[in-house]
Amino acid sequence: MSVLVYIENRNGKFKKSTYELVSYGKRLANGLGGSVTLLSIGKVAEDELKNLGAYGAGTILSAETDVPLDDRAYASLIAAAAQNSGATLVVMAHNVTGKALAPRVAVRLNAGLVSAVNGLPVSYQPFVVSKKAFSGKSLMQAEITTDIKVITLSQNTAGIETFAGNAAVETMDASAVTSGITVLSTEVQTGKILLSEADVVVSGGRGMRSADNWEPLEELAGVLGAATACSRPVSDEGWRPHHEHVGQTGKVVAPNLYFALGISGAIQHLAGISSSKVIVAVNKDPEAPIFSAADYGIVGDLQTVLPKMTEAFRKFKSGN
Amino acid sequence: MNFEFSEEQLMIQQAARDYAQRELIKDVIERDTHAIYPTEHVKALSELGFMGMLVDPEYDGGGMDTVSYVLAMEEISKVDSSVSVIMSVNNSLVCYGIEKFGTEAQKEKFLKPLARGEKIGAFLLSEPEAGSDATSQRTTAEDKGDYYLLNGTKNWITNGNTAGTYLVIAQTHPEKGHKGINVLIVDRHSPGISVGPHEDKMGMRSSDTHSVMFNDVKVPKENRIGEDGFGFKFAMKTLEGGRIGIAAQALGIASGAFERAVKYSKERKAFGTEIANHQSVAFKLADMAVKIENARNLCLKAAWLKDQGKPYGYASAMAKYYAAEIAMEVTTEAVQIHGGYGYVKEYHVERLMREAKLTQIYEGTSEIQQIVISRQVLNEF
Amino acid sequence: MNILVCISNVPDTTTRIKYSADMKAVDYSGVQWIINPWDELALTRAIELKEAHPALVQKITVITAGGADADPTLRKALACGADDAIRVDAAGGDSLFTATQLAHAVKGEPFDVILCGIESSDYNGSAVGGMLAELLDYNSVSAVSSLNLDGNSIKVTREIDGGKQSIETSAPVVLIVQKGIAINPRIPSMRGIMTARTKPLKVVAATAAAPGSKVVGYQAPPQKSACKMIDPENIDELVHLLHTEARVI
Ligand SMILES: Cc1cc2nc3c(=O)[nH]c(=O)nc-3n(C[C@H](O)[C@H](O)[C@H](O)COP(=O)(O)OP(=O)(O)OC[C@H]3O[C@@H](n4cnc5c(N)ncnc54)[C@H](O)[C@@H]3O)c2cc1C
Ligand SMILES: Cc1cc2nc3c(=O)[nH]c(=O)nc-3n(C[C@H](O)[C@H](O)[C@H](O)COP(=O)(O)OP(=O)(O)OC[C@H]3O[C@@H](n4cnc5c(N)ncnc54)[C@H](O)[C@@H]3O)c2cc1C
Repeated sequence: MSVLVYIENRNGKFKKSTYELVSYGKRLANGLGGSVTLLSIGKVAEDELKNLGAYGAGTILSAETDVPLDDRAYASLIAAAAQNSGATLVVMAHNVTGKALAPRVAVRLNAGLVSAVNGLPVSYQPFVVSKKAFSGKSLMQAEITTDIKVITLSQNTAGIETFAGNAAVETMDASAVTSGITVLSTEVQTGKILLSEADVVVSGGRGMRSADNWEPLEELAGVLGAATACSRPVSDEGWRPHHEHVGQTGKVVAPNLYFALGISGAIQHLAGISSSKVIVAVNKDPEAPIFSAADYGIVGDLQTVLPKMTEAFRKFKSGN
Repeated sequence: MNFEFSEEQLMIQQAARDYAQRELIKDVIERDTHAIYPTEHVKALSELGFMGMLVDPEYDGGGMDTVSYVLAMEEISKVDSSVSVIMSVNNSLVCYGIEKFGTEAQKEKFLKPLARGEKIGAFLLSEPEAGSDATSQRTTAEDKGDYYLLNGTKNWITNGNTAGTYLVIAQTHPEKGHKGINVLIVDRHSPGISVGPHEDKMGMRSSDTHSVMFNDVKVPKENRIGEDGFGFKFAMKTLEGGRIGIAAQALGIASGAFERAVKYSKERKAFGTEIANHQSVAFKLADMAVKIENARNLCLKAAWLKDQGKPYGYASAMAKYYAAEIAMEVTTEAVQIHGGYGYVKEYHVERLMREAKLTQIYEGTSEIQQIVISRQVLNEF
Repeated sequence: MNILVCISNVPDTTTRIKYSADMKAVDYSGVQWIINPWDELALTRAIELKEAHPALVQKITVITAGGADADPTLRKALACGADDAIRVDAAGGDSLFTATQLAHAVKGEPFDVILCGIESSDYNGSAVGGMLAELLDYNSVSAVSSLNLDGNSIKVTREIDGGKQSIETSAPVVLIVQKGIAINPRIPSMRGIMTARTKPLKVVAATAAAPGSKVVGYQAPPQKSACKMIDPENIDELVHLLHTEARVI
């Protein structure tokens, strides 16, 4: 009953989400009464790999290769590692890479796959996991019925736990790996994010007081990789361009996270943001209607709160 | 009896809805405010086949039934009746008239480009002195042997400037009264035609309404539709079908306003609760729903009769009359439910209210429909 | 070049989800069915490519695994511009079951490019495309946001962790597409609806296949709770909650 976890590096480094995945794998192995093996593909220094011991890593297979992500090649390596380590459960992150590889691995192993799993299983015997369905409108429990099982974990649903122990790094031969694709160019995500496509939106209202006060708001948006937006009076005043105006008569947005800073929460404004997953409101008036639409609220003066927010998020981002 | 739509009818409804809700909605307020003709949308809807959807595929049309046409007109009119009126005039007056009564050569030459939407048609009946009373035509089509000489003025012509093809109703034999009237297919760019300024209207502001002046315009004889003197009958017959289009337009205006009112009443709060929870608002919505359902059934009944090849003039007059009246009532209530917000452009309902008004006037005023209906009632019962 | 587009028949995304009394199944009564939005974009891109390269792209086929109630969705795809349709007569089942059915139906057929949406809007599985590729032993590229043909070379942009990559690959290949692959989904034209009447819709029998998972039951997601107030002197608390509770950063 052992578990194989595929871990992904970015430029030879692991992100915080990998620690979650590793410690999740360890907890699954404990639940199943087995051990956990990690597989890393690409070039990662031994120290970086060994750090994962603190999150429960036992054996780490390191398959060094220069071949860029190729779905078929990587999936065959993962499946081989699973077979060699005798894994009955393969775990990956539910991100672009996991979505690409997990289905192929599942077929190779004749395994049932449930993707985007929330946290630890509901039960191990039978193996039942919980996930969102219908784009979040429903929660579903699914049982994987095959001997070997593949799951992908929704990020931040399991949390990070630390464990005592050391990781042992072993090399896995990846010399036979070839690629069916040619990478022409790679573009690292930067630059301004379009309001309509942004996952995070930082929006200011009349509570921002004047056009000159927008710099700290843009700074926060920069830290969060967010697009900026505003309420209608703000664009009517000319503090911000009209294409940033959100609401009934402006753009309708549906980001994962919407910051309403100094926005009272008029129904016309809410009409443009009500599909946002999470709304954070900052307002000096505790009675402002925005608080009944928001998920998290801070009552305070933006003059002081906004710079503190920027600092706190900057700290978080740099540690992640 | 069967109240189910076919798979294709639903597909057409969805196609019209998708286009209206994704594309037409974008600049509708802008177009209305500045009376901008919807050039791009007419082109796109032509490519999708909506401009000639009723015409037989043999003449490059969509070959769809009138029920589908009602469903499509309703969806487009929920958003922009300036666009749907262009669609209605082209389909149910101009294309229908030529297809039903024209010669093979006329269909080949004039119907095909209209059905493809490459050209748009206009229907020229109303005159400064002849509105409801269409018998008193002053425009003349003098018989000159191998051509007609056209003189006179037409008013209120939808697509007056943008059309490529006109259907002109004109008097050839004044002594015969309405039995002397002819209908001619006229190229919009014939020498002697001039178009007046764009009418600055209350609603449907971006549709293209003009007066059209004819000054010794020569029209070849072969462009006359039907026998000599068929013109008045032609106009009455085509308007019977045209009324289904306008009825469906009025229905769309009403249901568009209704959908907005329902949504708003669930969002807007007053006295501590959503206004939908105030019974007088909820009951308004109930009344609106019943009226819309009735109007829809009348429209579909008239369309169904037409598709079955049965007489539908009585049904289409009823549909047009009722749908126009309730469109006015429903849009007025929709504005009321929106309160002050309903009175400004951003919330769309005031525009729908302005549009509703026109459906009571054109293609036979409500009073004219009452005449048509009451005559039949008195004749038959 | 022949393009295959895999279509999933899903409830309209505005549908309110209802359940059977025992919460073990979704109640689909009264649901309006649509082409899965990502598949609709894939189909749109396929049609655009055929229009742009009429000599290169010979045929677009759409396929679904499902019961006869999926036929209207396939006919809509035909009306939008696909040339023919295949329905594998196999309703229900998980992603492995579905992919097995699709692979069974297309194995040996000369499809050069197979397009799948990155997920279906019902079970959000993100699995069928990759599984199909593996079952057919084709290359696959996932998270594809643009697709262009340059002679026989296939150029795509894919999202990777932290950025984008442009890639060249060759047929046969499965491309798993996401937002950006096409902008406006195709609306069927009257002509398209008319010609769809006579386009072939082939029904093939299901193959014996075991699913790898099954649904145990459903729950409604938790109601939106009241706004959590955070002390302005303790913004770290906000960061922490957004990360661990709301999980949006
Ligand atoms: C037809 C119509 C259409 C409309 N459409 C839209 C639309 O699409 N979008 C839209 O946004 N609005 C729209 N409105 C306007 C809407 O009704 C509201 O007036 C508007 O949303 C209010 O903007 P606001 O919240 O920025 O300003 P206000 O309502 O003035 O709110 C400012 C808020 O900032 C807070 N504040 C002030 N100073 C500080 C500080 N130092 N620190 C923290 N908080 C502070 C205040 O407590 C207050 O809650 C529309 C109105 C009409 C009539
Ligand atoms: C925007 C717009 C677009 C139009 N497009 C076209 C077009 O494309 N082609 C075209 O030919 N025409 C078109 N029309 C003209 C339209 O059909 C006429 O306006 C309509 O038929 C009414 O005629 P009228 O305006 O002369 O009113 P009138 O006939 O003068 O009527 C005035 C009032 O008297 C009432 N009335 C008249 N006779 C009677 C009666 N016997 N009993 C009771 N009440 C009566 C009417 O109902 C009305 O209330 C358009 C009009 C508008 C405003």
